Amino acid sequence: MVHLVSRHRRNDKEGSSERKNSRTLHVCLGIESTAHTFGVSVISHKEGRKLGSILSDVKNVYKAPPGSGIHPREASYHHAQVASEVLQQALQVASINIKEVDAIAYSEGPGLGPCLRIGAVVARALSSRYQKPLIPVHHGVAHIELGAMLTGLSDPIVLLVSGGHTMINAHSGGRWRIFGETLDLTIGQLVDQFGREAGYSSPCGQRIERLAQDSHKYVSLPYSVKGNDVSFSGLLTAAKRLLHAGRSLADLCYSMQETAFDMLAEVTERALAFTEKQEVLLVGGVAANNRLQEILSQMCLARKAKFGSVPIGYSGDCGAQIAWTGLVGYLSGASVPIERSKVHPSWRLDRVDIPWRN
Amino acid sequence: MEIGSGRYSVEKLIRQGAEASIYLGEWFSQPAIFKRRLPKAFRQPSIDAELRRRRTSREASFMAKARGVGVPTPQIYFVDPGNGEIVMQYLSGIRVKDVVHQSIKEWEKEIWSRLGTLAAKLHDSSIVHGDLTTSNLIWTETEELVLFDFGLSFHSDRVEDYAVDVHLLKEALTSAHTTIAEEALELVIKAYSLVMGERRTEILTSKVQEIERRGRYARPD
Repeated sequence: MVHLVSRHRRNDKEGSSERKNSRTLHVCLGIESTAHTFGVSVISHKEGRKLGSILSDVKNVYKAPPGSGIHPREASYHHAQVASEVLQQALQVASINIKEVDAIAYSEGPGLGPCLRIGAVVARALSSRYQKPLIPVHHGVAHIELGAMLTGLSDPIVLLVSGGHTMINAHSGGRWRIFGETLDLTIGQLVDQFGREAGYSSPCGQRIERLAQDSHKYVSLPYSVKGNDVSFSGLLTAAKRLLHAGRSLADLCYSMQETAFDMLAEVTERALAFTEKQEVLLVGGVAANNRLQEILSQMCLARKAKFGSVPIGYSGDCGAQIAWTGLVGYLSGASVPIERSKVHPSWRLDRVDIPWRN
Repeated sequence: MEIGSGRYSVEKLIRQGAEASIYLGEWFSQPAIFKRRLPKAFRQPSIDAELRRRRTSREASFMAKARGVGVPTPQIYFVDPGNGEIVMQYLSGIRVKDVVHQSIKEWEKEIWSRLGTLAAKLHDSSIVHGDLTTSNLIWTETEELVLFDFGLSFHSDRVEDYAVDVHLLKEALTSAHTTIAEEALELVIKAYSLVMGERRTEILTSKVQEIERRGRYARPD
């Protein structure tokens, strides 16, 4: 089933033909397919404005069987099956004809190879059939750029937390630099792997968060901060062991969240103090967690720094992150010829040039 | 604030670090730094209390140990782990972080070489600093490089742990001092190898690369 996530329209309801004629309006269609989500979004942007308009953001999420993680091949079959429907819905909700789109963006990586290839194939087909420039986008950078646009933060320390990334980033010298990161598991993996051990199916962040709200009993778990980096593997092992030893699931969910989030707040605060920046931006799927938002906003309040979290509908993987980053990329001339377009299952965030932020 | 018969006083907050607030004051009529790990309201209370206590006592003990192996650190005057407070010598100088500009000037090369020597002296004595960044180093008026912030320090004989020290320095340099990172690091490593010897330094640098490859999506597909 296709899930319509949002529909933001401009107030001035221009007709689609007028939109095409307006020279200063740019429209990008973005395709996301790095992991469990297949998403398509259409975003427009008027020259000279900071904000883009998300005309549509449609997604369909592959659900793994309980107790297991994403199977890359199964997820890619899912994406292939829903691709055409999601694409059509995204165009329909945006009330736009594909011919009026200026550029086609896709998530080039990092992610699961079979899943990435579905998105890339759809993007190449559209680019070739309708003669539109093809814009490859880094999925992690896309989380950051959409979050920055939606919160209006201009030069933040970024905490990027998801199943694929757990990093503290700061923009410097034309790239998003990695100030610190996880040395082993991502926060998404920690939560999912613990949740699966308890019999749930990924993604299980919401479930863990709800369970955690039922407890205020702290069970001591390993707290591991190494300079600006964090490590979650010891925490996961200890939490699993205590679960099998019969400790209350709610107590463990609460204690795991408190420990992991305090670690993340500490390294974020370190980056903030070190760089002397004034803003913190929280992005990625785990940004939807209310407790994490609360901890970070309190930390920022105490330091008199601005705090912004990506709105909940856009924290998880979505087409909008790709469409928006594709759009700013397109405007700075970042297109790739179809025959040279690729996917990169492994692609580090600080290898990506960010020409639009200088 | 005054305690006792005016033997010490805390005058003003000079820096709000990530972990602690740094105050300038007087200790028996000497200018002194009062470092306070104040409670953090956002933290789970038992995590907060444990971290403040453990890191304060660690910091004091490793500052003394580092000094013992020839690494300049501020002199400690007073430690109170329960309240997360350390009183230490005030040094007048400039943080290395504030020395850094677009390029490395000739006289600044000495700072980076000195940093390599300090790191090697610590590692040679099985001490891992745990937080080797440019904000934890002061170049004093007497041209001495002084290292502090030993709250994350520990003992180890594993090259892996020494490599994490260097990795952290590298992360801080590339993310905050991008233009000089490479040159600074070269100077650090060169001085490091003068103390540790070439073979041990090679093992260290290859370990640093291994740690980098372990980072998310660091291996090209």
